[in-house]
Amino acid sequence: MEISIEDIYQTLSAEIQEGGSLIAALEAIQEQYRYLPPEALVLASESFGVPLSQTYAVATFYNAFSLKPKGKHCLNVCMGTACHVRGSPQVLERIESKLAIQTGETTRDHLFTLETVNCLGACALGPIVVTDGEYSGQMNVAKVDKLLKTILRQEAQP
Amino acid sequence: MMRIQSAAELEALQSTASTARDANKPRLRVCDGTGCRALGSHAVLQKLISEIQTAGLAASVEIVGTGCPGFCECGPLITIDPQHIFYQKVSPQDVPEIVRQTVAEGKVIERLLYQDPKTGDMIHHEAELPFYQNQKRLVLSLNGQIDPTKIEDYLAWGGYGAMAKVLTGLTPEQAIDEVKRSGLRGRGGAGFRTGIKWELCRNNVLKQGDGTIICNADEGDPGAFMDRSVLEGNPHSVIEGMIVGGYAMGIQRGIVYVRAEYPLAIENLSLAIKQARQAGLLGKNILDSGFDFDLAIRLGAGAFVCGEETALISSIEGRIGEPRPRPPYPAEEGLWGKPTNINNVKSWASIPLILKHGADWYAGIGTEKSKGTMIFSIVGKIHNTGLVEVPMGVTLRQLIFDIGGGIPNQKAFKAAQIGGPSGGCIPREHLDVTIDYESLTSLGAIVGSGGLVVADEDTCIVDFARYFMSFTQQESCGKCVPCRIGTRAMLATLERICAGQGEPGDLEYLQEMGEHVKRSSLCGLGQTSPNPVLSTIRYFRDEYEAHIHEKRCPSHVCKALITYTINPEKCNGCTVCAKNCTSSAIVGVRGEPYVIQEEMCTRCGVCFSLCHFDAIRVE
Repeated sequence: MEISIEDIYQTLSAEIQEGGSLIAALEAIQEQYRYLPPEALVLASESFGVPLSQTYAVATFYNAFSLKPKGKHCLNVCMGTACHVRGSPQVLERIESKLAIQTGETTRDHLFTLETVNCLGACALGPIVVTDGEYSGQMNVAKVDKLLKTILRQEAQP
Repeated sequence: MMRIQSAAELEALQSTASTARDANKPRLRVCDGTGCRALGSHAVLQKLISEIQTAGLAASVEIVGTGCPGFCECGPLITIDPQHIFYQKVSPQDVPEIVRQTVAEGKVIERLLYQDPKTGDMIHHEAELPFYQNQKRLVLSLNGQIDPTKIEDYLAWGGYGAMAKVLTGLTPEQAIDEVKRSGLRGRGGAGFRTGIKWELCRNNVLKQGDGTIICNADEGDPGAFMDRSVLEGNPHSVIEGMIVGGYAMGIQRGIVYVRAEYPLAIENLSLAIKQARQAGLLGKNILDSGFDFDLAIRLGAGAFVCGEETALISSIEGRIGEPRPRPPYPAEEGLWGKPTNINNVKSWASIPLILKHGADWYAGIGTEKSKGTMIFSIVGKIHNTGLVEVPMGVTLRQLIFDIGGGIPNQKAFKAAQIGGPSGGCIPREHLDVTIDYESLTSLGAIVGSGGLVVADEDTCIVDFARYFMSFTQQESCGKCVPCRIGTRAMLATLERICAGQGEPGDLEYLQEMGEHVKRSSLCGLGQTSPNPVLSTIRYFRDEYEAHIHEKRCPSHVCKALITYTINPEKCNGCTVCAKNCTSSAIVGVRGEPYVIQEEMCTRCGVCFSLCHFDAIRVE
């Protein structure tokens, strides 16, 4: 998605008008671009009248923000306690090895980003992998392989 | 909805809504909470709507998408009124049959009923489920009954009646007194007396002119989802509680701080706030009482420490969520330097119940020092994963075995971790402990916010403790040294022990460091972070010692301490393990037993989980 200074300005002014905080404004930009482009940090600092260092601190303190662009598909493995005791570390490891990336990284072809979340609170389904917002429950190695295969097959279609 | 001008008008509306809710009218209640949605309940709901339409029953049958009734294990769930027939694990393919058989003809479909694993009986009705029998659902009573997106549903059950009673009949002092007498203690974890907290805040508001009340819905404990379920399933109860709180403390502004990871809770709460505003239950001059109050939502951005009240305030102010020393407490100097009262979702949702039924009624539930009910999310190695509400004072055994249905796959119970990363592990010998603030604290655990994770014999307790430590270490904000460095040092030691490099003296070091971190950290996160480690050393010392001295993981979890081998008698050479081995460590000839080359094996466990013939051994 192309970065538009105009759009970012609009988002920021809208938040300021509604009395939103710097965090709320960054959340809105993150939702738009799925990451915080450097331009957004500079503009946010100017708009809110805070030093860039403070904006950077906020952008790096909270897990919801990312300073790197994300891949087309986002895989999010729940690492909550229930998922942990039911085997989520193995699920995560399998995805890391299949995609040849570590947690938090994006594949070179920008197809996948792998992330973890502390708990989704859908513990009856553990271990859970969320693919682009879609929940897959009771995951194991075989199901992970199938999941990745399905996405790759869809991608291969013209 | 029209603006409600007075308490009399509200009462009239409640009674109209209640009459409209004909108990004999066929109703289909479908759980549409996050848990069931993840299992596909939304597709079931959509299919139901279209099938009812096709069958020409749309006018006579009501379909309600409800909040979470708690029985997540068996979702998607449908309850069919007026008979209260309970169907579980429903898929969209079952829907036409449900409409044809049960809705149209009143016939029960056996295959969709829940079977009691203990007796083998098929259970027909919701109330007969063993899961619900020992519960006392007060805060959760309307979850599963009402459509959280309709204010009329809440009004039909007497909603906003407690607020009307307070605004038009009680002085703020009387309202605070009622909460004090109820004995309600903060449900967020610390267990401070809610009424006293309100009184402190009110006194400061009187001096300083204004303040803010906050609902803490930054539910960060992994394995806990009751705050989310209350906001999703009954958001108006939280709003009503906050209006009462605002009136009692003389505050006109409220903020709900919700985790951004809970989209459905945010959606339902936003809608509820909008509806309450339209109905004049939020805004200026509520019910002509002269009292103004309004609510706003702020989203958390994924930082566990923001559940701590001073960090939460800092986050609302737009800064990084670092806690600060107390005093001054938020009641004196909180958001924007003004008096601030912060309560958990469940505390706020308890307020309307207390004021509706009276302080004496509430104080009659529970134990001497812990009043009322407590909501737990029971997760992990348990049959009935879900959300339960029980009176304070039930035993852990009742919670896990009667309500939770015990441990699956004939495994043995090992421990229950109560209170998340701040809590402690309770072993088998203390299963009969009663659930209340004092008893749990004496065992090194806490009631906390109500997360309860069950571990069985396959859970390595050292790895379990390491998991919690790694969580708090990552979530430590880094402001104070004891938490920042202490958690790191403890984690490094635990990682060494799990890696088979434990040394004599490690346990003493963990205990000593744990005490330091507890005593000298700035906020609750650090002060409680050693609890999982300290409590597991207290009850499972032998398991730690097996790791350290014998280099053995009794539960076969810690990779460095286990080996995988193939049992040649069971292996038929199907090649599944060899094809999927991430390190190409498995060799052999198709049709004959394969062999794992130990020096190449990374112990990822993939072969173990894929083998269909039970041929992979872990030792």
